[in-house]
Amino acid sequence: MNKDLKAHMIEVLKQGKRFDNRKHDEFRDIKIEKGVVKTAEGSARVSVGGTTVLAGIKLSIGSPYPDRPEEGTIITNVELSPMANPEFESGRPGIDSVEMSRVVDRGIRESKAIDLKGLGIDKGESCWLVNIDVVAINDEGNIKDAASLAALAALTDTKFPEVKDGTINYKKKTKKGLDLSKQPISVTVLKIGDDFIVDPTIQEERAIDARLTVSTLKNKSICALQKGEESPLSFDDVQKMVDLGVKTGAKIRKKVK
Amino acid sequence: METVVPGEVLAEGMDYLPSFGTYRQKDKIVASRLGLVRVDGRVIKLIPLAGAYLPKKNDRIIAKVSDIAISGWRFDINSAYGAMLSTKEATSEYIRRGADLTRWFNVGDYVVTKITNVTSQNLVDLTMKGRGLKKIVGGRIIKINCTKVPRVIGKKGSMISMIKDKTGCSIIIGQNGFVWIKGKADGELKATKAIKMIEEKSHVKGLTDKVNKFLGSDK
Repeated sequence: MNKDLKAHMIEVLKQGKRFDNRKHDEFRDIKIEKGVVKTAEGSARVSVGGTTVLAGIKLSIGSPYPDRPEEGTIITNVELSPMANPEFESGRPGIDSVEMSRVVDRGIRESKAIDLKGLGIDKGESCWLVNIDVVAINDEGNIKDAASLAALAALTDTKFPEVKDGTINYKKKTKKGLDLSKQPISVTVLKIGDDFIVDPTIQEERAIDARLTVSTLKNKSICALQKGEESPLSFDDVQKMVDLGVKTGAKIRKKVK
Repeated sequence: METVVPGEVLAEGMDYLPSFGTYRQKDKIVASRLGLVRVDGRVIKLIPLAGAYLPKKNDRIIAKVSDIAISGWRFDINSAYGAMLSTKEATSEYIRRGADLTRWFNVGDYVVTKITNVTSQNLVDLTMKGRGLKKIVGGRIIKINCTKVPRVIGKKGSMISMIKDKTGCSIIIGQNGFVWIKGKADGELKATKAIKMIEEKSHVKGLTDKVNKFLGSDK
């Protein structure tokens, strides 16, 4: 981003304000619609302000990893299509999209939100594969947090399809859903100048020095972290960012339910 | 005035002449954009209501440097077409061949510039020589729909000068829909809101009074 414009943004942030009149720790409106895709086992459309993402869950039967014969697997993919933002390129997933899917994946995996052992069917032979696909529909900043929210919402919406003799009948859904006892919510905290903000707009995203994605559980324990961008963070910075992330995460959790 | 959609036949016969936003197909004149039609003598004029920016000669626009070429800069002008500014047209000083062009404009910088030429292939040429054409320093850039630009400016600039007065900001509106606002944080916010309000309610009557009221309040 242009140096002068960035300097001006930092100036405004120092006064405790943001370009769109939000407070530093204020999220835009969050909307969650579940069950929007009928062909998926679970789906959700989440919008945070003008940012919209769509998440879908596909369940299939495959073979487990040899070192984990009793467990099922999760595969997460985030797609940033040029329809959402002309700066995204089509084709092979770029570095941002790979990072984002890792962040979404880590939040769900490391929090043990899904009981992987419960996904095993026949030890060493077959297990459930949970495919989490997130597509960005419109980017007005903060796709990361929206994607995590959408993935979680879609997982809570998921129902297993009917299985007969090892083949899946996708047209019939059973009442059995995924066991989601823990629900991780991730909040990305950004550092611009000496200020920390959450839920950035596109302009703010371009001006950031560093970011830290904090995934938390209901009991405020941290289950995943991801640091990004060039600027280094001091111990003090990390402390403040994690605090802000945990606090905002708890706020969102209240709003979402 | 009548609202028309692209493809609608506006007139038949050779008595009328097509102008901006319309084209001739055999003996018919057809609309190419969504907008309001007006007949001015023999000329059929169309005022677009929606759509992306199409570069036009002599438009003063705000552009963003997207790339640096061998002998000039490429600009993003909020349109389907890019624009070029050659070193000759950039400053009055002499730029040596092979000089570091980032000294004048770097990628990501915004400038107020003017379109000197648009070729039939939609290659757009820009110039920085002229009154009020300069690099933008500080402030913020917002985007509005370029078809609402005349409404935001108002008759003889009445709307925009009102916003400038009440918020104490300096504002430059590019014909391409980029708007530059610079002032105090509160003033900028208010100006942004006022401009967004005009963009949203551009069809409402007595808008100037409404905007005046909004600017007077402490919202």
